[in-house]
Parts: sequence; structure tokens; C-alpha cells
Amino acid sequence: MARIAGVDLPKNKRVLFGLQYIFGIGKTLSSAILEKAKVDPNKKVSDLNDEEVAQIRAVIQSDFKVEGALRSEIQQNIKRLMDIGSYRGIRHRKSLPVRGQRTRTNSRTRKGKRKTVAGKKKAPTKK
Amino acid sequence: MPRSVKKGPFVDYKLAEKIAKLNEINQKKIIKTWSRASTITPDFVGHTIAVHNGNKMIPVYITENMVGHKLGEFAPTRIFRAHPGTKAEKASQVK
Repeated sequence: MARIAGVDLPKNKRVLFGLQYIFGIGKTLSSAILEKAKVDPNKKVSDLNDEEVAQIRAVIQSDFKVEGALRSEIQQNIKRLMDIGSYRGIRHRKSLPVRGQRTRTNSRTRKGKRKTVAGKKKAPTKK
Repeated sequence: MPRSVKKGPFVDYKLAEKIAKLNEINQKKIIKTWSRASTITPDFVGHTIAVHNGNKMIPVYITENMVGHKLGEFAPTRIFRAHPGTKAEKASQVK
């Protein structure tokens, strides 16, 4: 069982795709890592020997930020924006869209579930 | 598309001049500016700049963390008070 960066990789997938189960590794990084570690991307995760796993681990550790370290970096970046009181920071604080999207409709991902306002009239129906 | 590196960051010419002058004599004075699009450069750190928000001048104290942002990011142009009916109406309904 290959365990890299605190994540169990799925056994019966190719390494190229298995690596993407780690937070911070997508297709580009995955292939870059495998190339640097000199591991065949077509190999199944279960077929990796210890040496190859160690090789991959070493490459990830030296070159890339993944999982917890990456998450905390993202949080820090957001915190910085909030601390300096920039517009983007304020939008983060209010959990509204940060990049200028409309908020009249949509943007439910940031705003969460609809909060119905009492007394708000429905749109007038056509006669 | 980002700005060409060759040109360097955009800073309003007059504003940069004023800051340079203040730095030379080591003084801190509030500088009024309408140039919200100016990038904050390391020279600005420690100064207080009054940035126009379309209505008032908002004093912004520049810290090191703000370098690279634009002045306008720190002077919001819209004020959100509350939605009609969220607080005011509830209070009146009780009566």
C-alpha cells in the first residue's frame, strides 16, 4: 500500500491518476513528478515497489507543497488580504464573491443556502 | 493580461513625486489623492494617504503587507448598510 503525504493512494489505478488523490496535485504536477522520479506513469499503484514510492515521496517533499502545508498557505494568503483591509479581504470576510461576480442572482457557492426574507413580495404575475 | 514588466508598476506621477519629496525630508504628511489606480510601492510604507472613494477621502495607513496592491483597494466605494426588511421591518412588526 503506497502512502504518500499522508494519503492512501487507490491501489488499482495508474500512478498518474493515483497521485491526483493528493490535495495539490493535478494532472500536470502528477506527470511532472513521475518524470522527475523516473517512474512509469502507466504502472498501477499496487505494482510500485518500495524504491519507487520512496523516489516519488522524495520528489514531492523537495519540490512541491501539498496537503496540509498547501492548505495553510492558502489560508494565510486569505488572512493577509483580510488583515490589510483590502477590498478582496472584505469580500472574504463577508463570504461574498471576491472577483467581482454578480450577487443579484447566483453566487450560491459563496453565499450558502438561500435565506428567505419574510415580507418579500413575489414577482407580479401577468394578467 | 498583466502589465508589461518593462514599464514597471503604475504610480501616478504627481503622487510619486510628493512621496519622494516627503521621504527626502523624512516627514509624514497626509497626502490626498484621487489616483486609486496607483500601485503601492515600497516607498509608500509608513505614510498615510487619503484616497478618494468618490465621496470622501479615506485615510489609508500603508503597511508593508500592502505593497503591490492598488490604493483603491483600501477605500471602498460602496457602503452596504442592511437589506430593507432585515432589521428595520422586524422591529416595526413587533409594535
